[in-house]
Amino acid sequence: MKKYDIVIIGGGPAGLAAAVAAYDAGQKNILILERDNLLGGILNQCIHNGFGLHTFHEELTGPEYAERFIEQVKERGIEYKLNTMVLSIGKDKTVTALNKTDGLFQLEAAAIILTMGCRERSRGALNIPGFRPAGIYSAGTAQRLVNIEGYMPGKRVVILGSGDIGLIMARRMTLEGAKVLVVAELLPFSGGLKRNIVQCLNDFDIPLKLSHTVVDIEGKERVSGVTIAAVDEHNKPIPGTEEHYDCDTLLLSCGLIPENELTRGMGAEISRVTSGPVVNESLETSVPGVFAAGNVLHVHDLVDYVSEEAAAAGRAAAAYVAAGCTDGERSDLPIAFEGGPRYTVPCTVDPKRVEGNLTIRYRVGAVMKNRVVRVFLDDEAVLTRKRRIMAPGEMEQVVLTRAVLDAHPDMRKITIKVGEA
Amino acid sequence: MYDIVIIGAGVTGCSVARYLSRYDARVCVIERAEDVCCGTSKANSAIVHAGFDAAHGSLMAEMNLKGNLMFPALARELDFAFIQNGSLVVCMHEEDLPKLHELYENGVANGVQELEIVDARRLHELEPRVSKNAVAALWAPTAGIVCPFNLTIALAENAYTNGVEFRFNTEFTGISRNKDGWAVQTNRGILDTRYVVNAAGLYSDVIHNMVSAEKIHITPRRGDYCLLDKTTGDFVRHTIFQLPGKYGKGVLVSPTVHGNTIVGPTAIDIEDREGVNTTAEGLNELIEKAGDTVDGLPIRQVITSFAGLRAHEDHHEFRIGELKDAPQFIDCAGIESPGLTSSPAIGLTVADLLRDKLELKPNPGYNGTRKGVLDPKKLSPEAYNELIRKEPAYGRVICRCETVTEGEIIDAIRRPLGAKSLDGVKRRTRAGMGRCQAGFCSPRVMEILARELGVDQSEITKCGGASKLIVGLAKDQISGGAQ
Repeated sequence: MKKYDIVIIGGGPAGLAAAVAAYDAGQKNILILERDNLLGGILNQCIHNGFGLHTFHEELTGPEYAERFIEQVKERGIEYKLNTMVLSIGKDKTVTALNKTDGLFQLEAAAIILTMGCRERSRGALNIPGFRPAGIYSAGTAQRLVNIEGYMPGKRVVILGSGDIGLIMARRMTLEGAKVLVVAELLPFSGGLKRNIVQCLNDFDIPLKLSHTVVDIEGKERVSGVTIAAVDEHNKPIPGTEEHYDCDTLLLSCGLIPENELTRGMGAEISRVTSGPVVNESLETSVPGVFAAGNVLHVHDLVDYVSEEAAAAGRAAAAYVAAGCTDGERSDLPIAFEGGPRYTVPCTVDPKRVEGNLTIRYRVGAVMKNRVVRVFLDDEAVLTRKRRIMAPGEMEQVVLTRAVLDAHPDMRKITIKVGEA
Repeated sequence: MYDIVIIGAGVTGCSVARYLSRYDARVCVIERAEDVCCGTSKANSAIVHAGFDAAHGSLMAEMNLKGNLMFPALARELDFAFIQNGSLVVCMHEEDLPKLHELYENGVANGVQELEIVDARRLHELEPRVSKNAVAALWAPTAGIVCPFNLTIALAENAYTNGVEFRFNTEFTGISRNKDGWAVQTNRGILDTRYVVNAAGLYSDVIHNMVSAEKIHITPRRGDYCLLDKTTGDFVRHTIFQLPGKYGKGVLVSPTVHGNTIVGPTAIDIEDREGVNTTAEGLNELIEKAGDTVDGLPIRQVITSFAGLRAHEDHHEFRIGELKDAPQFIDCAGIESPGLTSSPAIGLTVADLLRDKLELKPNPGYNGTRKGVLDPKKLSPEAYNELIRKEPAYGRVICRCETVTEGEIIDAIRRPLGAKSLDGVKRRTRAGMGRCQAGFCSPRVMEILARELGVDQSEITKCGGASKLIVGLAKDQISGGAQ
């Protein structure tokens, strides 16, 4: 069985950044396994711009952003296998995979970085009633058909869900000559970035109907119409508010689900909030030597943060290998939160092991205005930040500096409290 | 000139065709859809019933038991997924116990073997997740679960390779007498035949009533279902029914042969014979009732919901046989549950009847076995690698959720009566049946279908007809478009 120091599952933005960082941290025996026929992951179909403002201080398209990292991987001569599907990962970090040239094969990994990304919530999972004709697509599938394959999945479009891919596709379909009639969003707020609502809906006069959902899909062979209705505070449709749209397509952008089947298979603990693995400050899962980053860990808003997080996972994996594949003595302090956050990444911290500053990322569950975020080490507030607005669609973060952590060697607990200003 | 024209390529029509293919006869199956298994046969509970339910003395009871007994051997001959997992009819209230005993007695009278009434303790040993409030159950170890798609496809493929002709996209439009038998009119011309078998499911009354003075009536009875993620596949081992009682009729909770959990059906009589739309009321009813017989069902793990229509005949009885006032016309009408279970018995019965009527000789080239789409996951690692060396397409995973390779999809397209659409591929290989519901694999499957069928990708449909997946080209694909 072939041995690698670090095997990275997935060659999207997270996997690429993790590979580069692990290599630069001194571990050269790395393998990336990618199921698609090229590196870069979902960025390859994200041909709009707006990527890389934080990382490169310029606006890149998705493929351009990916290319920067692919080049770095190639410059370093990091090994990768395309068209390769990982079927399972054992607790002992044996990776079983499948492709055309190697067949069904196994690898031994000293450390593993999970960067499999996420999938879109399907019509079935949403339990939308109606017929099941052609013309119902997740926004990402439609994006692939238009941007990669060059085909139009429809001409008159209703979009359910205001996630970023749905918003981007509203504009994309419009630019390709389709008529986007409406974007309906179940929640009273959008799950997408503010800038996407402005640039993709407002600029094209596409109405966004908040607190609305699809209550019926018509069409026995191809979609012929969709009915939407307003919902009450329990998200139940309100009779009498139905509006019918003649259309041939329904796009769904109703949330992303981290793809953690492999993670579950190896017995790692999974967060019920994020559907991603529970990780410590090193982005290490409950299985020692197995790290996670990017959308497989928690769904991100900007790819820049994916790259940043994945690089940290890459360095942590390299350090684990360098230390002789052991975590040694750990002290896991909990990160608690109240008043707004739904989760934090990481979930626990060993302050000794924080490399440089500690970045804690989280999302809130509802739109919150004029708040103050305070971070407590035990009972002492060490950081206070005013936030004019926080929304579920945007990822939040707090950064604790090394100096602050060092000044509190005996702390037992970190708490993030969000309160009224 | 055919000896026999079978109307409808559902499980009944395909079963009749398969058993008829044992004889030397010119047989044609006509089907309005682009594939077999496109109506009631594809959307049901996928249960092989033990046979205690149908009224003693009815044809339904007879066919149910006969069919149930045929399944184990048939599954081996035709290589489709079938598991004899046993069923439990759960009684939730002491006052309903007499009904449970009635059911038991009826089953024994019908000839069902190994039936047993189990008390609450034994019930919870058998199936720990059955509701703590359950008082007893009727245990039927001979009940099973089956893949309804592959059952139907297997019957059809086997019939086809033994010489039965299939005409798809061929819709029955009318029927008249001719000198030898019948002239069956279709949208694609007239087929002359000596005998007609009416296996038209929801339309079997319409066709019957064209030739007979003794009218029958079919009501489309809609049933909504939810299918849960494979992570729930071991939630229950048996098929769990609820004993109908004064609190109404419950819904079943059952594992599927592929490791999902199915919950359903509702029962709503409707007018539209094409009305396979789910409704919010129906789905809500399922969510409410699903927890009645089992504790802790993760109903939120639903990956898809669908509705099927049972062809409910007014007398709730199968109508199988030659019509008295329309000789050479054979009904297979009113085939609702336990129709799937009964299908092999119905096929055999009708084939035997036609053998006698037409004095058919054995088909000398008949081969009663068929191999399904090769599932490389079932091979040893060595054998799998040997396969990939010969056929590298088995090394390329197309559907990640169900781990379906390009090799399996190509097999599904190239085999006899192969897949022509996304749904055709899905029902033969499970590509697209997993938790992402074809989000990732549909563009790839479209590509493979286009290549294998030699058509442009824009011609590929979800399920034939007007179910096109693509309506045009993006601008940069249009010559002279944006540069």
